[in-house]
Amino acid sequence: MTMTRAERILAAHSNRDQVRAGEIVVADVDLIMAQDGTAPLAIRSFSSISDRVAYPERVAFVIDHNAPSPAESVSVLHQQMREFCSRHGIRLFSEGEGVCHQLMVEHGLVGPGDLAIGADSHSCTYGAVGAFGTGVGSTDLAAAMATGQLWFRVPPSIRVILSGRLHPAASAKDIALHLVSQLGPDGATYSALEFDGDGVGGLSLDERMTISNMAVECGAKAGLFAGELGEDPGSAKYEETVEIALDRVTPGCSVPHAVENFTPASDLGDILIDVAFIGTCTNGRYSDLETAARILAGNTISPGVRLLIAPASKSVLKQAAESGVLSTLLDAGACLLTPGCGPCVGTHAGIPAAGEVVISTANRNFQGRMGNDDADIYLASPATVAASALTGHITDPGRYLA
Amino acid sequence: MNRISGKIHLFGDNVNTDYIIAGKYKFKTLDMDELARHVFESIDPEFSSRVQTGDIVVAGSNFGCGSSREQAPLVLTAAGISAVVARSFARIFFRNAINTGLAVVECDVTGARTGDRLIIDLAGGQVELPDRGLQFEAVSLPPAMMQILSDGGLIPHLQQHGTFRVGGNP
Repeated sequence: MTMTRAERILAAHSNRDQVRAGEIVVADVDLIMAQDGTAPLAIRSFSSISDRVAYPERVAFVIDHNAPSPAESVSVLHQQMREFCSRHGIRLFSEGEGVCHQLMVEHGLVGPGDLAIGADSHSCTYGAVGAFGTGVGSTDLAAAMATGQLWFRVPPSIRVILSGRLHPAASAKDIALHLVSQLGPDGATYSALEFDGDGVGGLSLDERMTISNMAVECGAKAGLFAGELGEDPGSAKYEETVEIALDRVTPGCSVPHAVENFTPASDLGDILIDVAFIGTCTNGRYSDLETAARILAGNTISPGVRLLIAPASKSVLKQAAESGVLSTLLDAGACLLTPGCGPCVGTHAGIPAAGEVVISTANRNFQGRMGNDDADIYLASPATVAASALTGHITDPGRYLA
Repeated sequence: MNRISGKIHLFGDNVNTDYIIAGKYKFKTLDMDELARHVFESIDPEFSSRVQTGDIVVAGSNFGCGSSREQAPLVLTAAGISAVVARSFARIFFRNAINTGLAVVECDVTGARTGDRLIIDLAGGQVELPDRGLQFEAVSLPPAMMQILSDGGLIPHLQQHGTFRVGGNP
């Protein structure tokens, strides 16, 4: 019987010819990643299991969530990471390098057919390159560092068929928001999403990363695009099939305080904003900054609005600096942040004040997510965020992107 | 670890891990007793002063959704919570709870109220609300997870067995 992408990758990594959804396997892991929010606990757990990292070349630590450190207590945790990496010969991406998931893809640390775990829920992003990427906790990560393996329950798969083409104003982020709205926050719990359809071919790597990144927001274990050509995806057994007609995807927002609360941007015109944020593993790539620059070129953002830009990596920043995109954004009034997670997790780099409204390209808008329980977060695409920064209220980017 | 009983605290659906312990605290310290003072702060600021050792969290669907941070189950344990019973769980939280020795039970305990007593028979897969004369069947844990949980978590499991003793069919 033909296996799903998830089954195929887990079988290959556990020395099995065939596995089926529901089975437990112990598999070799190609990439073992932790970030500064999860690595310190993983280091602590590891010390109770082993004193030797089995395959240090497969491990990567990233300082991105709280980078550079905003407090002494955080600096201590970063220091623990630096010492651990030095002692065990592990690659460390230090503050300013960028967001963990962006770096793993940019540096080729994850590729088609790989099995990758990250102590970060958005490790599903690696599905964009055809890897089975999944989020795990610090203790699972420590176990994988000690053994090079981890146990997995093979997930069932949900087929997501993307057909047609996006309108110019709509983007991959809007596809992701539509999908989460359709499946709900637990519509894909324990399952792997498998993306197919004639619409997939028209998506760039950046766009696939945005979509895979948000698979976890519907509860999914992984969100897999095809790793290689010549597959026959349709004949495997799927739990469910979901269809999204790309030409019916409209620019919109997840409104407070849940990701699945999708509303078209054109219905939110009376929402005034204080902060516009472009960045994160979801939408901090060059194409995202370039789209924002296209909308903001020659203009300045609305008075009273702060536009924060956190490039997802140093190379994104360099590219934007070299191409003029960065200048355009700065001239429009943008505030440039260190490549990294920025204000996404509410610990530094732009915590909103009580009563403020943020429109953000991040992936979560839970109450208090950005560090203030009394601020509202609307999730949107870079185009919608840029258009809203221009006008001062939530704005459909259509008229800027004809 | 087979029989767990305690007083319950009732929560709703989609209680995410940032509600269990806010991001702004998670990055500051690894001291779980310190973090326990902030457990559920965003949605129930008085919770940390009300909770007592041995209490049980009962929740609706998708408990523990959101971030993968293991601080979530660790903080619940540090606050004295002995188990979480929910209609359904988000997968990373569920796995982290098992790995850190926090009992998680998938069961829809309809009719439960904060303050009720709850008795969990983990091995038998039964949950009882003695004050209301109600009994429920829980979804049984996959044997792999039952093994890890009864060993006290993934670290004791690996220390005891030297490897993952979890392979095979469910």
